[in-house]
Amino acid sequence: MRNTFSGPPHRSASPVRRSRLTKALATAATATLVLGATAACGGNSDPTKSAEQKKLGGSDKLTLTTFGEFGYDSLIEEWNAAHPDIQVEQTKVSKWDDWKNELNTNLQAGSGLPDVVALEGDFMPAVVANPDAWVDLSSPDLDGRWLEFKSDAATTSDGRLFGYATDAGPEAICYRADLFARAGLPTDRAEVAALIGTWDDYFATGKQFKAEVADAAWYDASGSIAQAMLNQVEFPFEKADNTVAVDNDELRAIYDTVAAHVDLGTKAPQWSDDWTAAFSKDGIATVPCPGWMRANIRSNTGEPAPDGVIWDIADVFPGGGGNWGGSYLSVPKSSAHQAEAKEFAAWITAPEQQLKVFAETGNFPSQVAALEDPELLAATDAYFNDAPAGEIFSNRAAAITVQPHHGPLYSDILGKFQDAINRVDQGKDPDDSWKTFLSDVDALQ
Amino acid sequence: MSTAQDLPAGDAVTTAPPAGGPPDRDRARLLRRQRRSRWDLKLSPYLYISPFFILFAIVGLYPLLYTGYLSFFQWNRNQYSRGEFIGLDNFTFVLTDPVFQKSLVNTFSIFLLSSVPQIVIAVAVAALLDTRLRGRTFWRMSVLLPFVVAPAAAVLIFGSFFADQSGLINQVLTHLGLDPIRWHVDRFWSHFAIAGMVNWRWTGYNALIVLAAMQAVPRDLYEAAALDGAGRIRQFFAVTLPMIRPTIVFVVITSTIGGLQIFTEPRLFDNTPNREGGPDHQYMTSTLYIYVKGIEDQFYGRASAAAFLLFLIIIAIVLLNFGLTRLATRKAGRA
Repeated sequence: MRNTFSGPPHRSASPVRRSRLTKALATAATATLVLGATAACGGNSDPTKSAEQKKLGGSDKLTLTTFGEFGYDSLIEEWNAAHPDIQVEQTKVSKWDDWKNELNTNLQAGSGLPDVVALEGDFMPAVVANPDAWVDLSSPDLDGRWLEFKSDAATTSDGRLFGYATDAGPEAICYRADLFARAGLPTDRAEVAALIGTWDDYFATGKQFKAEVADAAWYDASGSIAQAMLNQVEFPFEKADNTVAVDNDELRAIYDTVAAHVDLGTKAPQWSDDWTAAFSKDGIATVPCPGWMRANIRSNTGEPAPDGVIWDIADVFPGGGGNWGGSYLSVPKSSAHQAEAKEFAAWITAPEQQLKVFAETGNFPSQVAALEDPELLAATDAYFNDAPAGEIFSNRAAAITVQPHHGPLYSDILGKFQDAINRVDQGKDPDDSWKTFLSDVDALQ
Repeated sequence: MSTAQDLPAGDAVTTAPPAGGPPDRDRARLLRRQRRSRWDLKLSPYLYISPFFILFAIVGLYPLLYTGYLSFFQWNRNQYSRGEFIGLDNFTFVLTDPVFQKSLVNTFSIFLLSSVPQIVIAVAVAALLDTRLRGRTFWRMSVLLPFVVAPAAAVLIFGSFFADQSGLINQVLTHLGLDPIRWHVDRFWSHFAIAGMVNWRWTGYNALIVLAAMQAVPRDLYEAAALDGAGRIRQFFAVTLPMIRPTIVFVVITSTIGGLQIFTEPRLFDNTPNREGGPDHQYMTSTLYIYVKGIEDQFYGRASAAAFLLFLIIIAIVLLNFGLTRLATRKAGRA
């Protein structure tokens, strides 16, 4: 071993020359790497600066990223067939939370975002709080196109619009008529609606149900009840000036009510394996049910429905109306094809397209014209015992009177609130869990 | 393995030129050439290994230093931009954050539950694979199989095992008349489940590395040991273990570094919408804490401070580990 190190420098001059070459090469390589890295870092890293606009052409495609199921597959095919020069390519991310993190990272880097971005409604306040990173989508042709609360949520105080609403989430109650029958409760949708008009009635009926059918839960998850109740409060987390005020009586009342009734739910967090499994083994009697939830119920219960399973929709929501969710399409400043992106986003969120999506996945339209469409009003849902879904959800949309104020931290605080509820589900003392929630929210500021 | 006696009597460079010597001009050229060659000898090795260090400087060192730099600044969540210089505030925040302290305890608990059994089993498996087996390659490849499965896919499978209500393990337990285990609730059991996933994935990998070292142990040592009357177990402790000590040190250190950075398993094991290591952070590891602070909550300064603290902790543990492993294996060698 030693000889290689202390051995004599021998042989001809050629290694010397080679070494010089190596050195030159190494220097060049270093220079390239360092310069390359600097150049890469010095790119368009400012997310608030508009990217240079380029013409879409050749193999370029307009990119769109959605999460969950937007029901856009056939619409995009239709668009691509009609617009050979603007081809759209869709990327689907399965969960909003994953997409939100990637989105934040890309916004941070100022690159990597698609031309059109799908955003969960709860995220819009963060967009409105950072208006420089997004393209103003307002256009006189589109005035009055959306339900007011949908477009308001995406509009800045000076009238710039940052998102086209894709759908709305007016809530009804979906229920298992066969489990209701087992518990001796009425099964007809009008009678069920009359039974659970207020939250007190809803919880009382739940206790009655649990007394008869012990192996099923009255509702799917404590978290979904909490969220449904939140959607009826005007200032759940933040005041009108966006200061965080979670220690308020209204929020505490929701928390205490839900915490007192955890035994009526499955105790599984919403969207978890256990939650999904509970649908297929007769474990859930009612679900707070925005239009889009029907697709989840269908796929979790199994299609066609197992023998004896009868899902139905009641034209009611405890405590009045409520909106849960509904997404937006936005165009980031980093897009190099903003005009085309805007044109496409306007087309795919137009009333005719929303009606097609409603027929396919049940996502409920967010546009005034679509809501009044006779075809929508006549629509029934075969999986839900032929319930008149179009009429029910239109009624539920009309019943919405309160929209919670969403500040920039809304979706983050909501996550912490769901954690607090889950802790109670897992057996933690409600007061301790509330304290943890308060300190979690403190850490967000 | 050289000793003083191995030293060559003298180097050709330093020995006197052959008797008679060349003329002066030639002599000068020879000197020049020798000098150049010496430079060649000194510099070339560094050039040859330089690509790694250049790459490391760009993709490793730069982010490391930048992380340190960021940890002294506030962060504007809405504008995605750096805020004011705030000194050590981020470090104070992280160090006094009960969630960070919890995450450190979780990290060490999961690390101990995974790394210790992992290495013991890996050495045992390697010793078994080192014997004369029929279809040796098949067995050796099989232990690497879990490693090939993407962690995300593995977690999906384990997720259906460990679900609290509908999971396979709990169904078996209740059939046997036992109480189901609340995998996602009870802190210890959640660590146990996560460590199980880590062990499943990494034991085979470590076993193969140890096996490679065992194969390099000269066979005549075993013959000699056998002649001296040592049984297989005695051979293992007296010959194999001391001979593979450097490899064990390597395996311990790499699995320490990996074990303290566990992220995918707890992140995907979580079934709450937030996925921050359980609603009560029962199994949030420090890496997950950094991710949550930086990517989810958009506090890059705090995340950087936490990352830097974790970096220091890992270095300290690795050094400690290094010392302990050397000590332990040396003792085993003497036994």
